[in-house]
Amino acid sequence: MRVELDNLSKSWDGVVGADRITLDIQDGDLVAFLGPSGCGKTTTLLMVAGIYKPTGGTIKFDGQVVNEVAPKDRGIGMVFQSYALYPHMTVYGNISYPLRIQKVSKSEIRERVQKVADMMGIGDLLDRKIAQLSGGQQQRVSLGRALVKEPQLLLFDEPLSNLDARLRLTMRGEIKRLQEGMGITSIYVTHDQVEAMTMADKIAVMSDGVLQAYDVPEDLYDHPKTLFVAGFVGNPPMNFFDVEIMATNGDFRAKSGAIDLVLPYDRAKKAAERAKGKVVMGVRPEDIYLVDDSAPPAPGRTLSADIEAVEPLGREDLLGVTIDHVQMRVLVDKTKGARVGDAVDLVFDLSKVQFFDPETEQSLLWA
Amino acid sequence: MATGKVGRRFSYAFLILSIVPILIGYTWLVIATLSTRTQGLLPINAEGGIGGLTLSNWKFVFEGDIWNAMLNSLLIAVAMVIGVGIASTSGGYALSRFKFPGRKAFLTGTLVLHAFKAEMLLIAIFFVLRWLGAIPVIGDYIGFNSVGGVALVMVALELPLGIWLMKGFFDNLSWDMERAALIDGAGRFRVWWQIMLPQVRPGIAALALFTFIAGWNAYLVPFTFTIGAKVANMPVFLNQLISDTAPVNWNLVAAVGMFQMIPLIIFFIFTQELLLNIYAGGSKGT
Repeated sequence: MRVELDNLSKSWDGVVGADRITLDIQDGDLVAFLGPSGCGKTTTLLMVAGIYKPTGGTIKFDGQVVNEVAPKDRGIGMVFQSYALYPHMTVYGNISYPLRIQKVSKSEIRERVQKVADMMGIGDLLDRKIAQLSGGQQQRVSLGRALVKEPQLLLFDEPLSNLDARLRLTMRGEIKRLQEGMGITSIYVTHDQVEAMTMADKIAVMSDGVLQAYDVPEDLYDHPKTLFVAGFVGNPPMNFFDVEIMATNGDFRAKSGAIDLVLPYDRAKKAAERAKGKVVMGVRPEDIYLVDDSAPPAPGRTLSADIEAVEPLGREDLLGVTIDHVQMRVLVDKTKGARVGDAVDLVFDLSKVQFFDPETEQSLLWA
Repeated sequence: MATGKVGRRFSYAFLILSIVPILIGYTWLVIATLSTRTQGLLPINAEGGIGGLTLSNWKFVFEGDIWNAMLNSLLIAVAMVIGVGIASTSGGYALSRFKFPGRKAFLTGTLVLHAFKAEMLLIAIFFVLRWLGAIPVIGDYIGFNSVGGVALVMVALELPLGIWLMKGFFDNLSWDMERAALIDGAGRFRVWWQIMLPQVRPGIAALALFTFIAGWNAYLVPFTFTIGAKVANMPVFLNQLISDTAPVNWNLVAAVGMFQMIPLIIFFIFTQELLLNIYAGGSKGT
């Protein structure tokens, strides 16, 4: 089912929860609403579900405005972070509840519940009480309950946030496989960018009730349209520092204090043409290297820095360094043996450098 | 830990000391119902020696009046449990979940009304019951000097507490469960009946017990708005017993009082497990 949101807004007595959200979800796609808590993603989801009444704008399902349609008539299934199972019913009671309301015949209910439960791997738990299940099992019941009525649209509200990391990983893959296999249009609310990046066909990044970007995951990462998106997508987050772009001898250079870097021509030219004075330059931690045999110093792209912190991440070390009072994060190979207090040379790979207007926070390259 | 042990002993000693007067009271009650006369906790016979145990105090069990009073008490208590139960569970849910004009005023209003003692309202209620009694057909059952009228007044007086209590229980339930049910296809009434009410069962049990006790022990309202033995409930009957016989036969009064307690004890036994669940239950599975 195709879902269109047009200028969708919600406010409570002047407090804005969602501000003129406009986006278009294609049939069969999984779209992630990504943003920090309180950014309006759940508010928007609950409007799509019909729980919240929009204070402005429209929601269309397959071209039909559904603003006034009751939740039960929208043909949706929803999975909650808290699972929201009915604790006084058994697993069977929970999964069969939507069908019992629809007055489906007993034998058909039995058949459909068993089929969904088997698909979710909880076929042998149907007689259990909810309190006797683990968190992962409860979320499977919740998913089964959402799927059993064969909805046109599946809504997920941070469904994996209450699970431990390992389980989250398996459930992530399972949900994606199910969703793709059944071809159900889905909206997936999360604050976890890894979840969003790995599962979603498109990601809507939100903050403060405003839609910041709506794009395929790769574009969000490589072509962020705003400073917020650039800083929010990617882990560890992108480094930002204020520089001036100067044209000298046919080269563009970024300058600020001890920072003096030769920029790639195309990107720098585009940014320089649109910049009004200083710009915010963005470089991801994985695009900065420690100078050694495998990464020789490059003229115009090497700076000296002091290591102030080392965070071992397992395969890699995350370094906190300062270059003339500017702090940056650098992701390096563990084998480099970086230590706090070391003075090192860093070489910058600027082929993916980003530039933003410090006032409007819009990208000077892609906006 | 040593201090912990001492502290525990102290609290036990304190608890035991504080229930001693109550235990003595009940012990006397039981002994008194079975004797002709008592001195302190001891049964005394006509000669002043220890003895004189008898079952004659319990003879009233074979008379009709007490059963009539018992039935009236039961009618008032059950009507209250049902009336307060329905109004509080539905009203408490609405106040907990819906936004509507006057909601806040209603909440503070009920709280303020609850602060007024029933005594202050007696005369006004008398007029209301007189008017209700003038309604054709049903007037005889809900007007002045009727068991229904007493029950109606008692329900009204008990409602503020009931509504607030149930609102508190509904406030503690997660919204997600309700939203899930709405999306699963349930209407508002079904959500309330099939999803929310089962979650607040301990609250309903507590409310039912409080209301039953209040109804069973009601004295002021039945005493004021009923005349004669036909519509008297147990406490009013007990009072009549004291004022009718001179000198007062305290042992008979004790027996009737004891008799009045029995249904309460039975009711408590049936609800105590639910009551103990109030804090253990709550939001299982959410």
